[in-house]
Amino acid sequence: MNPALVVIGLFLALSFALGLLARRGRTMNLEQWTVGGRGFGALFVFLLMAGEIYTTFTFLGGSGWAYGRGAPAFYILCYGAIAYSISYFLLPVIWRYATTHQLHSQADFFVRKYGSPALGVMVSLVGVAALIPYLVLQLKGLGIIVSETSYGALSVPAAVWISVTALVVYVIISGVHGSAWTAVVKDIMILAVAVALGLYLPWRYYGGMGPMFDAIEQAKPGFLTLPAKGMSVSWFVSTVLLTSLGFYMWPHAFASTYTAKSEDVFRKNAAVMPLYQLVLLFVFLTGFAAILQVPGLVGAQADLSLLKVTKLAFPPLVVGLIGAAGLLTALVPGSMILMSACTIVAKNVCQPLLPGSSEHTIHRLARAMVPVVALVAVYFTLHGGEAIVPLLLLGYNFVTQLFPSLLLSLPERPLATSAGVMAGIATGVATVSWTSLTGTTFAKLFPSWPSVITDLNIGIVAMIANIVVLLVVSALTRKRS
Amino acid sequence: MRRVPLHRWLATLPGLLILLGVPFANRVHALVLGMPFLLAWIVGCVLLTSLVMAIVGRLDDRHAAAERRRDRERTS
Repeated sequence: MNPALVVIGLFLALSFALGLLARRGRTMNLEQWTVGGRGFGALFVFLLMAGEIYTTFTFLGGSGWAYGRGAPAFYILCYGAIAYSISYFLLPVIWRYATTHQLHSQADFFVRKYGSPALGVMVSLVGVAALIPYLVLQLKGLGIIVSETSYGALSVPAAVWISVTALVVYVIISGVHGSAWTAVVKDIMILAVAVALGLYLPWRYYGGMGPMFDAIEQAKPGFLTLPAKGMSVSWFVSTVLLTSLGFYMWPHAFASTYTAKSEDVFRKNAAVMPLYQLVLLFVFLTGFAAILQVPGLVGAQADLSLLKVTKLAFPPLVVGLIGAAGLLTALVPGSMILMSACTIVAKNVCQPLLPGSSEHTIHRLARAMVPVVALVAVYFTLHGGEAIVPLLLLGYNFVTQLFPSLLLSLPERPLATSAGVMAGIATGVATVSWTSLTGTTFAKLFPSWPSVITDLNIGIVAMIANIVVLLVVSALTRKRS
Repeated sequence: MRRVPLHRWLATLPGLLILLGVPFANRVHALVLGMPFLLAWIVGCVLLTSLVMAIVGRLDDRHAAAERRRDRERTS
């Protein structure tokens, strides 16, 4: 066994130990398992949210896109900032309502607001549909990390199986308390690793950031700006807009706001989180540094760039530490995602269908779902060729469809009806599914239109269709009632 | 419903600078601190978001305190 794998194994053991410690002395009912008993202060909620947001997507996907696409990767730095300024106003309202009514999940919120259990099932299914690609990308990342740091000893499928086993064990023993504690370790490591790599690699290979970007501009002119066609300015702006609206629509992100002790938590976080976002800058720098050092990674292979350049620059022991940071960035969010997906299926899809089942039964069902959902994700991980970033964009296109309905639910009397909301969400989700299954884009539908319009993110159409149907059906059903 | 206090509109500034500014900032030169101009613009907007949200938070606190005082005066 090489030193890199030993280091990674040690960190995995450490995260298990933290999960077990965090659980000691607490009885685990469904509320403890998922919302941590609603007692977390600003720092903990901040860490939990950061734990979900800074994932493998950031670490391998962010560097992979900087390496493979260049400037379009910058969108990842933008949408968070906008989402945080929205969160200042949005999250306290959600939190107040959820706390008053003792809600557990995102679906509970919609059920309560619109008075429709069927809507809850629908919102849950949309959430799970979006969580699967998100979980798949964490497993993909874990697989890449474990197989790369084994220096060829483990194939990617073997690495994926090992990772998923670790993830399932971790979720079953710890629940949300484990996530929060491991998040502390993970955040310190990812910060240190990302900043160190982002500062060191450009200096080591090019003598600094300026010379590095000059060299890239020389070798690949236009790589550092948005292209005139394709991932152009239109694509960029529409994607940033969509993803920033979808940011808190993820069921796990939405429900993690419930763990806060008071609404002040969100106001503080709105000012602090954007700074934390800057970790991404260093991740980008790592990806850019890799371009001329480990050339030739095409398509989804670009996700390997961070680890490849790391292996070129450092001895195995250091590679192990970096791999361990990567492991935690997949394990913490992976566990949150897996737990959310299972809780949602048990509590918000099965319970309404099995009236009269006890909380205890539902809790057991949620736990039993963990390996099942994990296996579904393994299947897609091993059978899909997508890179990390497009997987997340797909998930975003799904969850963003919930935003109009959420917004209209916020006034004391919702501005839409449950029938309208369901029709709108169904339309949006159907449009997203259709365009992603058939690979439809504006450019294919209307090849003669100017690229300012054809480059728009296709999620915009789904969103507009959603809003139109929502408003029309709401107007019709309101009159009748 | 109470009117939105003016200072809260400040929170939209960084978002507008990103969404409306990127089309004009889409250039490599001049490098700012070694970063391509587009990247530097975005990093600047992110820093500004943090600053602006801290200011809005502070102004909101002050606004709430002033409103409490006014309510108390009205009742007394």
